[in-house]
Amino acid sequence: MSAAQRKLTRMIKDATQAGQSADSPRSGQFAVAALRHVTKRFPGIVALDHVSLEFHAGEIHVLLGENGAGKSTLVSLLAGMQQPDEGEILIGGAPAVIDSPRRSMDLGIGAVFQHILLVPSLTVIENLMLGGSWLRPLGRAATLRRFEELSSLLGTRIDPDARVSGLSLGEQQQVEIMRALWRDEKLLLLDEPTSMLTPQGVADLGRMMRRLKDKGVALILITHKLLEAYEFGDRISVLRLGTLAGDIDPQRLQTMSEAQRTESVIRMMFGAAPGVDATPEQGHEEELAILLGRKLPRANTVDRNKPATLAARALATAPDFAETPLHEVSFELWAGEVLGIAGVDGNGQKHLAEVLAGQRSLRQGRIDLAGSDITQGRVPERRQRGVRYVTDDRLGEGTVGTFSVATNLVLKEIGAPPYWRRGITDWELIHRSARETILRNDIRTPSERTPVGKLSGGNIQKVLLARELDAEANVAILNKPTYGLDLHNQRLALDRIVAAAARGVALIVISTDLDELLEISDRIGVMFQGRLAGIVDNGDGAGNKVRRLMTGAAAT
Amino acid sequence: MTTESEIGAGPQATMLRVLIPVALALLVGGLILLALGKNPLDYYGYVMQRSLLRWGGFQETLTRMAPLLLIAAGLIVAFRAGIWNLGGDGQFLLAAVTSAALAPVLIGLIPRGLTLVVCMIVGIGVGALWSLIPAMLKARYGVNEIITTLMMSFLGTSLANVLIKLVLRDPDTTVPQTRSLPVDGRLPRLFDTTIHCGLVLAILAVILVHLMMTRTAFGLKLQVLGANRAAAIHAGLRVERLTIVAFALSAGLIGLAGAVEVLGVWGTVRADWNPAFGLLVVPLVFLARFNGYAVIGFTLFFSALMVGGESAARRVGVPQHYVLVLVALLLLFLALVEYLDQSRRKRIAA
Repeated sequence: MSAAQRKLTRMIKDATQAGQSADSPRSGQFAVAALRHVTKRFPGIVALDHVSLEFHAGEIHVLLGENGAGKSTLVSLLAGMQQPDEGEILIGGAPAVIDSPRRSMDLGIGAVFQHILLVPSLTVIENLMLGGSWLRPLGRAATLRRFEELSSLLGTRIDPDARVSGLSLGEQQQVEIMRALWRDEKLLLLDEPTSMLTPQGVADLGRMMRRLKDKGVALILITHKLLEAYEFGDRISVLRLGTLAGDIDPQRLQTMSEAQRTESVIRMMFGAAPGVDATPEQGHEEELAILLGRKLPRANTVDRNKPATLAARALATAPDFAETPLHEVSFELWAGEVLGIAGVDGNGQKHLAEVLAGQRSLRQGRIDLAGSDITQGRVPERRQRGVRYVTDDRLGEGTVGTFSVATNLVLKEIGAPPYWRRGITDWELIHRSARETILRNDIRTPSERTPVGKLSGGNIQKVLLARELDAEANVAILNKPTYGLDLHNQRLALDRIVAAAARGVALIVISTDLDELLEISDRIGVMFQGRLAGIVDNGDGAGNKVRRLMTGAAAT
Repeated sequence: MTTESEIGAGPQATMLRVLIPVALALLVGGLILLALGKNPLDYYGYVMQRSLLRWGGFQETLTRMAPLLLIAAGLIVAFRAGIWNLGGDGQFLLAAVTSAALAPVLIGLIPRGLTLVVCMIVGIGVGALWSLIPAMLKARYGVNEIITTLMMSFLGTSLANVLIKLVLRDPDTTVPQTRSLPVDGRLPRLFDTTIHCGLVLAILAVILVHLMMTRTAFGLKLQVLGANRAAAIHAGLRVERLTIVAFALSAGLIGLAGAVEVLGVWGTVRADWNPAFGLLVVPLVFLARFNGYAVIGFTLFFSALMVGGESAARRVGVPQHYVLVLVALLLLFLALVEYLDQSRRKRIAA
C-alpha cells in the first residue's frame, strides 16, 4: 500500500464516520425518509450493501457516484420498483414496505426520472389528469386549480393547454415535477434531472428546488456534475460500489472551499473504500491525478497561416420534422484545432453535424475539405477522405445494439478493404483487429463478439471514439461526446479528443456543457436558431461572450 | 462462421430450443387427437409412413420441398433486411401463371432447356416486379410494407385468376386453366425418381442466400438495414436502393418458386389454384431464426407433415387442416421456450 493510498483510506474513514454520525436520528424530529442498513442484491453483484441514509425535510440531499455505484437502485427502492433484501425503509419514522410505485406515491414520495415520461401528443393538463382511478370522471376544473397552485409554488409559467411535444425539455420536466408533487408529496426524487437541460433550464430547476426546500419538502438530487452538487446541495452523500463511501453534512459543506469539496468528493468516489478489496486498476493514480487536476494540458498548436482543413460556406438545410434547419452557416477549421459549438439544444446543431458528415443533404452552400469540394460526397466518400462523425445518439444510430462490438467497429467500412475483398467478409481479420482495438482503447467487454448494446454507456462511447478517432481521421465532428457519461468516462472522452487534436485532427465538438467547451476548445461558435451567431476565441471572458450569444444577443 | 443473430448461443442450446418445442407440439397435438377420440399414434404413424418411410411418399415430400425452400430463401433475404414481405402468395402465383402460359408457347419454338431457363427468369422478373410498388413506397415514403405487400398479394392472386380466365385460358378444356406443358417438356427428373431438379436448385438457392447474408458485404449491409435503419443511414448505406434490391431479390426468389412448381410438377395452372405456400413458410423461417441450413431441416419436417397429413387425416378421420393445428402449436411453444430462455438469461446476466 503506497503512502498516498494510506492517506486516502484515512480520509475516507473520517468521511465515513462523519456520515455515520449524521445517521443517528435527531432529537424530536424524524427524517422524512430513512434507509436502515439496506442491502439489495442482484445476481452476481451487491447493488447496495448495508446502506444507511436519512433524508430531512427542507434539505436538498445530493447523491453522487459513478455509474453502477447504486444510486439508481436506491431510487428504485424508494419509488417502489424494487424491494430491499435486507434492512428497512422508514417513512416519517415508521417502517414502511414500498412494494409498488402507487404505494410509494401514497407514502408521499414523488419521483422525476432522467427521461421524460409524458404523453407528447396530449396537452399539459391532459397529462396531469391521467393517472387517476379508472372510473372517476376527469375533473378539468379541479386539475386546473391544482395546476395553478403548483405553478405558483414552483414559480413556473406554463400554458396548461399547450401540447407537451411543443414544450422545451426544461418545461416538460417542470410538468413532471408538478405531477410528482401532485398530492403534496413530502419527498421528491430527482434522478439526474439536469442531464437534458440547458444552463437556463438548470438555473430554473435550481430556483424551483430552493422554493420546495423552503416549503419543507425533502429533495434527493442525483447528479454526475460536481458543480451542481455544490451549488444546490445542502448535504452530499457519495455512493461507491454499493456502499456509502462518505457523506458531507451541511455544517461541513459550508465551511469547505470548492477545491476542498472537490478533493474530498473525488476521493470518496474513486479511492479504495475501507472494507472493499483494494485492487486499484492500472493507471489508477494517474486517473485520480487527472480528475483532481481538472484542466487538461492543452498546447496551442493551431497554425492559421496554413490553408484551412475544412471550410463551410453559407450552409443551409431544409426543415425537417421538429428540427431547426441551418441558415447561412460559414466557418473555417484548421488542423489541430478544436472548434467548440455551444448553444441551447435544438438550435441546429444536429443538422450541422449531419451535413458535415454527409448524412444530410444541403439546400445551399458548399463544403471544402483540404481545398477540394466535397459538397456532393456522401458518407462513404467523406469517410474515405478522413471525415468522422461521433453521433450523440449512440444506440439509436451510432451502433447496432444487437451486433457484436467487432461488427460495430467496422460498421462504416462495410465492403471496403482490408476487411472485405471482392465483397467477401474476412471475419477472422475483423475479429482480430477488434481485439486489438479493444485492448488499445480499454473497452471493457467480455469479448469482441459481445453485442455492443450490452456494454455500459461509457464503453459504447469508447467503441464509437475508437471507430471515429482512428489514425486516418482528418476532421472529426463530435456531437455531445460526454452526454450521459459518468465523470470518469467524461474525462476519458475529453482526453481522447484533446489527444486527437494534438495529432493534428481538426475537431468540431458540439456540446451543451459550456464548461467542457471552455476547457478544450480553441474557439467556440454559438448556434442560435439555425445560425452561427458568432465565433469567440477561447480565453478570458469567453464564457460570458458565449452565454450572451446563446440568448440571441448580437455578438460584441 | 457465425452470423450476428446467432452470436451467444452454442449449437446444443440452439438444438434444444428447437427440439423442445417440436416435442411439446407433437405431445399436445396428440392430446388434442385423444380428446377427439382418435389415436394419436395412428395419426403420427400414418404421417411418418406416408411421407417418409414409403419411397413414393418420400419422393413426394422432397418434391414439395422445392417451392417451400425457394420461398424460404426469399423470405430470409427480406426478413434479415427488416423487410416484412408478406406478399409471397401474389408474387408466387403471378410468376406461376406467367411461366405456365409462356412455357407451352416457347417449347414449340426453342429447345426444352432454354424454355425452362427463360420461364424461370420470367418468373423471377414477374415476382420482383410485383414487389416494386411496396418496395418504392417503403423506400421513398416509409409506408409499412406489411400492409402494402398483403394488399398487393390479394391483388396478385385475383389478377392471376383473371388472367387465366380472360387471357391465358386453354380453349380446349372446360375448367379454366392455362395450356399444359407436356410432361417431357417439364423440369428434368433426378435419376430414376419423380423428384425434379428444382429441388437441387432450391437447396442451392437457400445455401447461397445463407452465405450471402453471413459472409458478404452486401449481406451485412442488409443486416444492418434490418437491425437498425438509422444506423444504416448513419453509416452511409444507400438505404433506398438496398430496400428496393432486397425486395426484388426476395420476391424474385418467391417468383422462381412459382415457376419451378409449375414447370416441375403441374405443367399448368388452374384458375382456382392457390397453394398459399407464402404464408405457410413464414413461421418456418422464424423457427429457423433466418438460418438457411436450419430452414432446410424445417422444410423437410413440414413437407412431410403436409404430404403425410393429408392422407393420415383421411385415414384417421380428422380434418385435413389438422396439420395447421400442429404448426400453430409449434409456433406457440417456440415462442414460449424462447421467452423462458430469454428471461432465464436475463436473470443470469442481471
